[in-house]
Amino acid sequence: MIVRKSEREIELIAAAGRLAADTIAHVGRHIEPGVTTEELDRIAEEFIHSHGGIPTSKGYRGFPKAICISQNDMIVHGIPGSYQVADGDLVTLDVGVTLDRYVADTAYTFAVGEVSAEAERLLEVGQAALAAGIEQAQVDNRVGDVSAAIQRVVEEAGFAVVRALVGHGVGRAYHEDPQIPNYGTPGRGARLSSGMTLAIEPMITAGGVDIVVDDDQWSVYTADGSLSAHFEHTVAVTEAGPRILTPVGAALLQ
Amino acid sequence: MPEKEEKIEAEGEVVEALPSTMFRVQLESGHDVLAKISGKMRKHYIRILPGDKVKVELSPYDLTRGRITYRHR
Repeated sequence: MIVRKSEREIELIAAAGRLAADTIAHVGRHIEPGVTTEELDRIAEEFIHSHGGIPTSKGYRGFPKAICISQNDMIVHGIPGSYQVADGDLVTLDVGVTLDRYVADTAYTFAVGEVSAEAERLLEVGQAALAAGIEQAQVDNRVGDVSAAIQRVVEEAGFAVVRALVGHGVGRAYHEDPQIPNYGTPGRGARLSSGMTLAIEPMITAGGVDIVVDDDQWSVYTADGSLSAHFEHTVAVTEAGPRILTPVGAALLQ
Repeated sequence: MPEKEEKIEAEGEVVEALPSTMFRVQLESGHDVLAKISGKMRKHYIRILPGDKVKVELSPYDLTRGRITYRHR
């Protein structure tokens, strides 16, 4: 059942969203060749705690760390550890923050140093796909409109949309209804109404759609070893249109 | 953190082996689906032949395609 939140609740989710966005920007500033993902995770955890929040991923379904950090052909759910970031890497931070019992979820893929032109294009397309999806998050649209918009942007650019993982409702819990695939048919799926808070998160690859899960039971890789990117916002559906509750763009500019 | 897409599990029998490790599987419901072998089974070199009884995962968004996730003894 899709829960619609009150204005008060949306403001609480927005507060969690601002912290999550600021966390991405803060940790992003520390991404450089040589730093370990464990160190980045530590920085994230400290930052979230110092602002009165809790990292939502820690302990969630057994996830051992505060945030997910995934690089290159790893799509999502990377467990921060001894991996050292290298020049040319694409590093994705996926941050969930719980603040005052409300949850926001956001993700961003960073380019480290000089990356290939293809990698740069992948990042641009990922962001454009997210924007296209968010644009469809309007009252009386369907989940399928969001999904199809994302799929169109990605596939028209010659990239692929991961099928096995999906966006989701978020707010009172990390994962709520509805599931929001990044591929679909316009006009299909649940109807969106004001008060819904959605985590829209295209995961795209420069190769195929198939994934493999590592022996650590978490890390998800592209089956063909191709590069991947992941961008996510928590978005509230309002009468005035979609409202992004995780202002990562603004945070990165500070 | 993204969620795993909700899957529907079904049982079936492999009818035909197709190129690129795809298989036509007839489900207990009578429907035919085009299924591919799961990465986990590929990793462990588990072979699938026509006549095998298998477990298939289907996406609620496309009930004509599936993934073979288990081969019964």
